[in-house]
Amino acid sequence: MKKGTLKQILLITDGCSNKGEDPSMVAALIAQQGIAVNVIGVLEDDQSEQPIGLEEVEEVALAGEGVSQIVYQQALSQTVQTVTKQAMTQTLQGVVNQELKQILGPNQTMESLPPEQRGEVMEVVEDLGETSNVEVLVLVDTSASMQNKLPTVKEALIDLSISMNARIGKNKFAIYTFPGKRKALNKVIDWTNKLDSISSVFPKLTSGGITPTGPALKEAMHQFGKMKLTRSMNRNDESIEEAGF
Amino acid sequence: MNPSKKPVFDLRPGSIISGKWHRQVYVVQKQLGKGAIGTVYLCKRKDGRVSALKISEKAASITTEVNVLKHLSKVQGTRLGPSLIDVDDWIDQYGTCYSFYVMEYVQGVGLASFLRQRGKNWLGVLLLQLLKDLERLHHQGWVFGDLKLDNVIVSSSPPRLRWIDVGGTTQIGRSIKEYTEFYDRGYWQAGTRKAEPSYDLFALAMMALHYAYPNQFDRGRYPARTLREKVRQSKVLMPYQACLEKALQGGYQSSLEMQKDLSNKLLKVTNQKLDTTITKRNKQQRSQKAMQKSKLFWMESFVIIMVAFLFFVIYYVAI
Repeated sequence: MKKGTLKQILLITDGCSNKGEDPSMVAALIAQQGIAVNVIGVLEDDQSEQPIGLEEVEEVALAGEGVSQIVYQQALSQTVQTVTKQAMTQTLQGVVNQELKQILGPNQTMESLPPEQRGEVMEVVEDLGETSNVEVLVLVDTSASMQNKLPTVKEALIDLSISMNARIGKNKFAIYTFPGKRKALNKVIDWTNKLDSISSVFPKLTSGGITPTGPALKEAMHQFGKMKLTRSMNRNDESIEEAGF
Repeated sequence: MNPSKKPVFDLRPGSIISGKWHRQVYVVQKQLGKGAIGTVYLCKRKDGRVSALKISEKAASITTEVNVLKHLSKVQGTRLGPSLIDVDDWIDQYGTCYSFYVMEYVQGVGLASFLRQRGKNWLGVLLLQLLKDLERLHHQGWVFGDLKLDNVIVSSSPPRLRWIDVGGTTQIGRSIKEYTEFYDRGYWQAGTRKAEPSYDLFALAMMALHYAYPNQFDRGRYPARTLREKVRQSKVLMPYQACLEKALQGGYQSSLEMQKDLSNKLLKVTNQKLDTTITKRNKQQRSQKAMQKSKLFWMESFVIIMVAFLFFVIYYVAI
């Protein structure tokens, strides 16, 4: 099987969107482009029950064919890496199921195989998860209520890079925050393979109460295309230089 | 800690789980534990055999764990981890499909309560057993990964440390499949999350620390320093201090290396009293030897003088 690149958006937020397009609709659109949307909802330490705003978290992830989880701050590090890995497995399982359908018929998925054969298929999924390349765009909600959680978010992202870089496959990360100044997004770190360089803390408070999750997600989707564009431009440059010699 | 999105289902004692593929029937006795992936129940089969059954709606995770158990069963010698009995699916009355596997029920007590019952100095022996098992596992190309107090148990007569949850077992060179923050060297900024023997040895040292500090402790500003101080401040860990520190710094490349080091240290500690008597005896022996030597010296000189005298007499007579 050809080893492709798994693309994911990881949205870290603590409340519901209140401006622009419906984030679930945008997430469904993004999933169509082969990019999974994962959502982590961060609770306040004193919140004992799931607040209303966080219902959106699960819905967006479902629409975006990703994984969602609602956690307290202190569990964020471990959650960020499990959610990312789970989403990878989920995507790969989807791919493998597609192949199985082609080979065995339309109603065949991994679950309909007897346990013995399922083991072998799962090994293939695991191999792919370990070796495929991954691109994760992290989208952090920096609206007022998230401010005191940002140091924890930073730590969790460094931790994510430790986990991902232990894999055999290559990784690329980018970090964006939203809302930005007069824009949907604010770039913190452009595509890079290591995140331990996030010494620069997240930008200071940018807004008063608006959370345009939908528009931010849409803008984030376009960042994947941009990476390809710059890469191919670099390649063109090289070929021109070579031709010059 | 993580409120999961789906309600975790609970099976009451007496519930019946019947396999879709292999047609075995299991009666739930009681719940043994609940983890990130699924719930473990004590079950009884029709023929009366008691076993542990792990069930989850995540078929993929169950399959992954079964794969690990199958690999472990191929390792020679004493069994690493519980033995695998059955793998199957169960469809409940609402039509939901769950995956489960049945394994040997390992009876025993947690490490801390065992040491409370039988004495703290058993810790060293159990750590050595663990190192020996890890060496065999590593030799087969695997790393335990999620090594922690919760995942081991001490079975009785003879006391032996057994692994009860091997879900984190990862092939060497890959990224650790499952880990717990307190035990993870990545969290302590002491190394990568790549599966290699030294990853397990770090977790083993953290196991000792968790035993010494049941409430655990924070990472602090300087994680490496925190760990060093905690090892040194613990009275229980005194005999193993040097080994634990070395393991925490990634100083051991193999389990065997740490095992040798630790057993040398343990022998020294238990032999300390014996040692003093031995050295006394040695001293006596040495002085006796010295006396013998001086006697020999006098004998030699006496013989030489006698011979010289004899020659002198012969010479005198001849003249």
